[in-house]
Amino acid sequence: MLDFTALKRNIKKSSAGFKQLKVAFMGDSATQLIVQAIKGMGMEYLMDLDLFEAEFNQIDRQIVDLDSELYQFNADVIIIFESTHKLLQKYNKKTLQDRSTFADSCILHTKQLISILQNKTKSKIIFCNYTEEDDRVFGQYASKVEESFIYQLRKLNFLLQELAVHTNNIYICDVSTIQNTIGRERFWSPAIYTNTEMVVSIDALPYFAQSAVQLICAIQGTFKKCIILDLDNTLWGGVIGDDGIENIQIGQLGIGKAFTEFQYWIKKLQERGIIVAVCSKNTESIAKEPFENHPDMVLRLADIAVFVANWENKADNIQKIQKILNIGFDSMVFLDDNPFERNIVRENIQGITVPEIPEDPALYLDYLYSLNLFETISYSGEDLKRTQQYQKEVERTMDQESYTNENDFLKSLNMLSESKPFDSFSIPRIAQLSQRSNQFNLRTVRYTEEDIKRISISQNYLTVSFSLEDKFGDNGLICAVIMRKVDDKKLFIDTWFMSCRVLKRGMENYVLNTIVSIAIENGFETLIGEYIPTAKNEMVRDFYLHLGFEPVDKIWKLESAQYINKENFIMNKQVENGKK
Amino acid sequence: MERNELLTQIQEIFRDVLDEENIVLTEITTANDVDGWGSLTHIQLVVAIEKHLKIRFTSKEILSWKNIGEMMDSILSK
Repeated sequence: MLDFTALKRNIKKSSAGFKQLKVAFMGDSATQLIVQAIKGMGMEYLMDLDLFEAEFNQIDRQIVDLDSELYQFNADVIIIFESTHKLLQKYNKKTLQDRSTFADSCILHTKQLISILQNKTKSKIIFCNYTEEDDRVFGQYASKVEESFIYQLRKLNFLLQELAVHTNNIYICDVSTIQNTIGRERFWSPAIYTNTEMVVSIDALPYFAQSAVQLICAIQGTFKKCIILDLDNTLWGGVIGDDGIENIQIGQLGIGKAFTEFQYWIKKLQERGIIVAVCSKNTESIAKEPFENHPDMVLRLADIAVFVANWENKADNIQKIQKILNIGFDSMVFLDDNPFERNIVRENIQGITVPEIPEDPALYLDYLYSLNLFETISYSGEDLKRTQQYQKEVERTMDQESYTNENDFLKSLNMLSESKPFDSFSIPRIAQLSQRSNQFNLRTVRYTEEDIKRISISQNYLTVSFSLEDKFGDNGLICAVIMRKVDDKKLFIDTWFMSCRVLKRGMENYVLNTIVSIAIENGFETLIGEYIPTAKNEMVRDFYLHLGFEPVDKIWKLESAQYINKENFIMNKQVENGKK
Repeated sequence: MERNELLTQIQEIFRDVLDEENIVLTEITTANDVDGWGSLTHIQLVVAIEKHLKIRFTSKEILSWKNIGEMMDSILSK
């Protein structure tokens, strides 16, 4: 971890080309150094953070006063940090009777502040939870006494989680875990607090900043989607090719335990929606044997989206995996026990994260926990199906190789698409795609679930979502278009994004045919498109040109009257079902 | 430790924390004489010195020094 001095130096470096984001920070302690640390840590994550720091102890005033600097600043993200020590001071002043409901009254107050914020801004809100501090008034009996401070504090942290579960756009920065990880001795320095009102020690600032910045990154759409694993001495102990299936180390004995626990962690990530791929220097059949036949393996072939085992170099193999998955290298993590392989991959593949895992497998997990690589701000049922969908994609790729004519291949897929306006079933998935899709995204406007809900019922918009299934399986909802009514005749394509899983299937033609016919049905004559370049969406730079839009200034226009339907091999699911 | 050697070490820490290679300290240097030595950076300097010398200042000491010499007196008394 970089120290605070290094973070301060970062601030002076150039942030050219970094993503810009406005962050407001409010606290009830002296927060100047925290703000500097966050700014400096942002640079490590290629983010140029414009920070507003509210004056000391002004959280309530900034939120309640509708003309406050907070609202004038118009933040993308608002961070609220109330310290445990101030919480203890509030608790101290309560009567004995009020202490038993202290957490409830705190959470009520927090709820009120948050609801004002949500009415007045569209900012995402990060609320910090409380580090544990025990005044020891009741000794360890405190756990049996509702009035005790530690009882109320833990309850408050729990209530914050509940609040976050039930409230959109609220995320918890888990400061409590930071203190648990680095220790209270390092987190809290009473001498410095007494002199300065600072509640986070200099040593702890980088950890605090990292947690905040990781959340901010996830909020603005940068997160890990895939983990690529080496096998020998990474996923099990020993070398399968030399030692044989009966001698590799996995299971409850000795060092095998470390690998078993590591595999459970990978399995949980996979269940959460992280794509798991294998990249191993091995003969494929031998490498697959433990997955198929070893009784103690936690991971099975069904858990692995892409399995690459051969004797070629790993950088090339990871390129192959990337082509199949069609996600950015910066959303991939590569785990390998061999420093040589790690270096080759790191040097040849820009953006991929390659952790320096410790030599001792017993330390793998704690090290990986400390990196917190898999921050996210969304989680949905769709995530569970992801592995299967990518496995189907591998099958499709194989199948495609057997067709020489592209159109024959597409016809053979028997593709069906369902298109319909956004509804309560599709809204969570659309919001999630809006956060996730980077490459096939014309304007990259990020919408939350709340935003999408609002748009879907607004008279000013036409919305349509698309699903795609074929003989290999169902891709689910893979595309959404939002069109804003400019006037009676013109429709502006505010949003058009598509999952990269369905590229080169003619889906864009099908989508355009559909939206043009929706435009005509509703009496609109002109469709207006716009491309806003980002670091990731180069692939759609000439998208509107290829679809036959005319360039006018910096936008693209299409007259619906002159439109001729584009060729594709996708059938309308509603119509097809009607026939049956 | 000799006062001169301590002064050199403190000077190194000041240069590192304040990111300014040309800082020269004497025993009578005060916060007003050094660019960037303010109330916030003071805390950083204190923590860096504590870490380097493996000592702890009391909360009273931290705000009591009028110049570098007095800070050194505190350190040498430990």
